[in-house]
Amino acid sequence: MKQLFVFIKKEFAHVLRDRKTLLILFGLPIVQILIFGFALTNEVKNSKIVIFDQAKDVSSLKLISKIETSRYFEIDKMLQHNQEVEEAFKTGKIKMAVIFPENFNHDLLHTNKATIQIISDATDPNTATMLNNYVTAIIGDYQAQLNKNFEVPYRIVPEVKMLYNPQLKGVHNFVPGVMAMVLMLVCVMMTAISIVREKETGTMEVLLVSPFKPLLVIVAKTIPYLILSLMNIVIILILSVFVLELPVNGNLFLLFAESTLFIITSLSLGMFISIQTETQQTAMLISLVGMFLPTLLLSGFMFPIENMPKPLQIVSNIVPAKWFYIIIKSIMIKGLGFAAIWKQTFILAGITTFFILISIKKFKIRLA
Amino acid sequence: MREIVIKTENLSKRFGTFTAVNEINFEVYKGEIFGFLGANGAGKTTAMRMLCGLSTPSSGSATIAGFDIFRDTDKIKKNIGYMSQKFSLYENLTVLENIHFFGGIYGLSNQQLKEKSEVLVNKLGLYQEVNKLVSSLPLGWKQKLSFSVAILHEPKIVFLDEPTGGVDPVTRRQFWDLIYEASDSGMTIFVTTHYMDEAEYCNRICIMVDGSISALDSAPNLKLKFKANSMDEVFYALARGAKRGE
Repeated sequence: MKQLFVFIKKEFAHVLRDRKTLLILFGLPIVQILIFGFALTNEVKNSKIVIFDQAKDVSSLKLISKIETSRYFEIDKMLQHNQEVEEAFKTGKIKMAVIFPENFNHDLLHTNKATIQIISDATDPNTATMLNNYVTAIIGDYQAQLNKNFEVPYRIVPEVKMLYNPQLKGVHNFVPGVMAMVLMLVCVMMTAISIVREKETGTMEVLLVSPFKPLLVIVAKTIPYLILSLMNIVIILILSVFVLELPVNGNLFLLFAESTLFIITSLSLGMFISIQTETQQTAMLISLVGMFLPTLLLSGFMFPIENMPKPLQIVSNIVPAKWFYIIIKSIMIKGLGFAAIWKQTFILAGITTFFILISIKKFKIRLA
Repeated sequence: MREIVIKTENLSKRFGTFTAVNEINFEVYKGEIFGFLGANGAGKTTAMRMLCGLSTPSSGSATIAGFDIFRDTDKIKKNIGYMSQKFSLYENLTVLENIHFFGGIYGLSNQQLKEKSEVLVNKLGLYQEVNKLVSSLPLGWKQKLSFSVAILHEPKIVFLDEPTGGVDPVTRRQFWDLIYEASDSGMTIFVTTHYMDEAEYCNRICIMVDGSISALDSAPNLKLKFKANSMDEVFYALARGAKRGE
């Protein structure tokens, strides 16, 4: 036991003395949270739009002022002629044009139905869709107001409700994603590298000749990263709550328990890689290509899994980050309990056990 | 009759169809400095790795300090020290931390560690450097420190795998002084080397060619037997017949 303690102390010294490692460990999550939280949100703010109001009546003016006050839009110009619409788009600055027909108010009040033409610059389809949603929501909102004042319903508006994320906040998706990514990076790559480094420098042989149990070498190497990763989660959560103003809706204890499970999954992957490789470069490459990229691409955090081709959807099932991402989203954003995520937890535990068992087996073969 | 601490019987190691070590038989006595010579690829490192428990023999048997290398690996580990040809201290730990770490994993108590590190630091004259990182030490000192750390737990046998690679002759001589000192205290030294001058320092020399032992005796006896003036000539006479290239 004392030997294990001596070993863990040494591992901490390695980590804490290496500025670059420290920077990756603690700088990276902070930078990622801030970048994803602020710079890379897929939320679209202050998009420039033009409005061509041919009606200039009560309803159209009210709607325009509603659009104007929304932080998503900035009205660049009020147009006077039809042909100006196309010209506006040609400048490239204008994302959308809203065109009110003549007799807008009249149509609305007398035929109970009025149309608004919305033209979007679809060169960036995601932004276009997003803006369409925003403007539709604003119109819907106005419709609801009208219907409240007058008892006759004017138009049936399909109710669009954004579950869990009514303001379509981008950060909601990113925090769990960043957590998965940081843990993957720190645990898989760092453990793999730190074990392989000992092989490279020859100290591994000395350790294996010593009475220290080989398996304990691996365990001792992973413990500092487990502790540091838990600290990382605390940092990420503090940042997300106080800087990004994203509250944790679910049980904090459950969140930490699940995170610990995922850290162990990552550590077991790191162990597995380190046993298979001989040089730090190989270990790093495998960690990046084999773990980091799938985490980024196939966990559902950057790209929705439902939109992927079937084979990729199947492959995504073996990416541990996918399950962790679902779990964290459920706890943090939806505020769900264990009952909702036991299946994902079970799968994650299964993957972990698999890699630990296979690592132990391989490790024995190598040292036999 | 001198006490035998290492004994091998038809010890072999095969990797697929390649036989790295082919049925070697030898005995090493207590307190002896036993040199293991051979060209690159002759199988000396593989043989040593089997004796240290880093590699399982394909066939044959061996006992180290009276323990069987198949069954009693744990007991063997407590009784041996090892210094690999790759430099084997932690560069980003200080001298003292390295001593404490390697002593610690051999289960030395804090009291023992304190006493031993003091003795060691005095002996190597490292007072000024105790709290410096090992990476800042010159290679010669690193190697002396590495050896001292390898015998910190007072093993019965210490295995040195090409310990003096890349250092100048003066430092090498100083390194051998440490080896003699350890040997005088009754420790058995098992050392592999390329350097023929080092071979002269050994009590007995075992020369491996193509995985087999082609000669085993003291340096003077070997020179007599091969009618050679130096160990160099002995080695060339034996290695000329080698089939395995570099």
